[in-house]
Amino acid sequence: MAKTESKLATLLAVAVVSASTAALAGGPADDKLVIDDEIEIKTRVAAPEGHPLDELISGWHYRTDETRALEADSFQNPGMLYVERGEEIWNTVDGAAGKSCASCHEDSESFLKGLGASYPKWDADAERPINIELQINKCREENMEAKPYKFDAADQKALTTYIKHQSLGMPVEVDLTQGDMESWWDKGEELYYTRTGQLNLSCATCHEDYNGNYIRADHLSQGNVNGFPTYRLKQSAMVSLHNRFRGCIRDTRAAFPPAFSDDLMALEVYVTWRGSGLGVETPAVRQ
Amino acid sequence: MSKGATRKGLPALLAGAAVMAASVASAGTVAPDSVPIVDMELPQSLTGVAGDPVAGRETFADRKKGNCLACHANADLNDQLFHGEVGPVLDGAADRWEEAQLRAIIVNSKDVFGEQTIMPGFYTMKVGINVAEDHAGKTILSAQEVEDIVAYLMTLKED
Ligand code: HEC
Ligand code: HEC
Repeated sequence: MAKTESKLATLLAVAVVSASTAALAGGPADDKLVIDDEIEIKTRVAAPEGHPLDELISGWHYRTDETRALEADSFQNPGMLYVERGEEIWNTVDGAAGKSCASCHEDSESFLKGLGASYPKWDADAERPINIELQINKCREENMEAKPYKFDAADQKALTTYIKHQSLGMPVEVDLTQGDMESWWDKGEELYYTRTGQLNLSCATCHEDYNGNYIRADHLSQGNVNGFPTYRLKQSAMVSLHNRFRGCIRDTRAAFPPAFSDDLMALEVYVTWRGSGLGVETPAVRQ
Repeated sequence: MSKGATRKGLPALLAGAAVMAASVASAGTVAPDSVPIVDMELPQSLTGVAGDPVAGRETFADRKKGNCLACHANADLNDQLFHGEVGPVLDGAADRWEEAQLRAIIVNSKDVFGEQTIMPGFYTMKVGINVAEDHAGKTILSAQEVEDIVAYLMTLKED
């Protein structure tokens, strides 16, 4: 036992030395996100009670100067094209009932303000939490008599992006008092700390224990969701939250659950809570 | 000479191991987790065949194999871009650790650093849940790849 401890002490000493001599500059960039020199986004906030971290930091702080600048300028942000496309869809009639989203939600501007910042929320009919994508599908089926979108259909991503963007800068807030939200939060927390795959990693291993460090070319953030759907430069496309979750799970060499499954919805509830108070950035720009 | 001959036979053996899951021990190869790591040490070679440091250097850097640079910087591989900073810099690793300790670290880092470590175990079946089909029942590295990496790490000396 003593032997083990002394070896570990040496190891830790080595780790401390090497961290300070690492060539790459770790940690979040000291910068402010102000979109079009007008809208300041809260990208660093104090953590709510019972949170494992002291400060919640948006993934924006972990990106390069160029990527951060792209997000700060809405003319340059490639995600803004999806916002425009989403607005078109919002106003376009579809389905047997002959309705568009706007036909039911007449005063779109005030209706949508803040809405995107409050999902996922409890759905009493489904008796489970739903996210914006599922709310859109619910409206399409029940009110428009249109087919639900398939996961990650271009229109689903554009409309979700448009809806979230109407809450730009507003704090992310999930209401855990509704329905059974707390047990979904519990389930999400459990999943967040469960190690998966051949590489044997949990969300927490990367995003709680090592945020601020480079893992190969990737600068690990806290894995917050306030920017979703996000525009990913690597893929030149909008990426939905459940797609991102699945990518991270796949990277542990594990099989990933289907989009909107109980597991991914529970994770969405929990991970959204982990970023409580951060301003909505949709469409965020990420590598 | 006889070592050279054995090594020639390895590609076939490795290909076989990859298909059949690396846990199937070929003659002379120790199956994953069948020899316990005691006191953070694994003195016994997994294959009885001396590791090849040149092959080990490649496996170390290969993103589909060791991918060790994901987390560790290593000056000897400065020709490769993007060294991670999650783990300690490996320059001088052989000055800090014995061969038996390095083997234990690669085989199952959890037995050396504790359950909470981020470093994967490269020759163990004690892994996370829901392993993807392509990887199920297999170790990340073959026994000989571990020996090669250990031989390579033994060349990382500064003193
Ligand atoms: C092997 C390490 C690793 C694991 C394990 C991992 N992630 Fe990630 N994750 C990354 C990397 C790298 C990125 C891209 C850089 C960043 O934003 O951190 C990322 C990005 C994200 C993002 C986007 C953040 C943003 O600002 O756009 C979210 C959300 C996320 N991860 C959630 C999760 C969840 C939930 C899990 C567990 C199911 C998980 N991650 C597991 C490495 C990991
Ligand atoms: C996902 C991250 C990760 C990967 C991949 C990884 N390691 Fe590590 N490694 C670590 C961490 C972190 C430590 C320090 C112990 C700890 O904090 O758990 C470590 C410690 C070590 C040590 C002891 C460090 C010293 O110099 O004192 C060696 C040797 C080592 N790793 C070798 C390797 C090799 C070889 C590979 C690839 C086959 C590898 N590691 C892959 C994260 C990683």
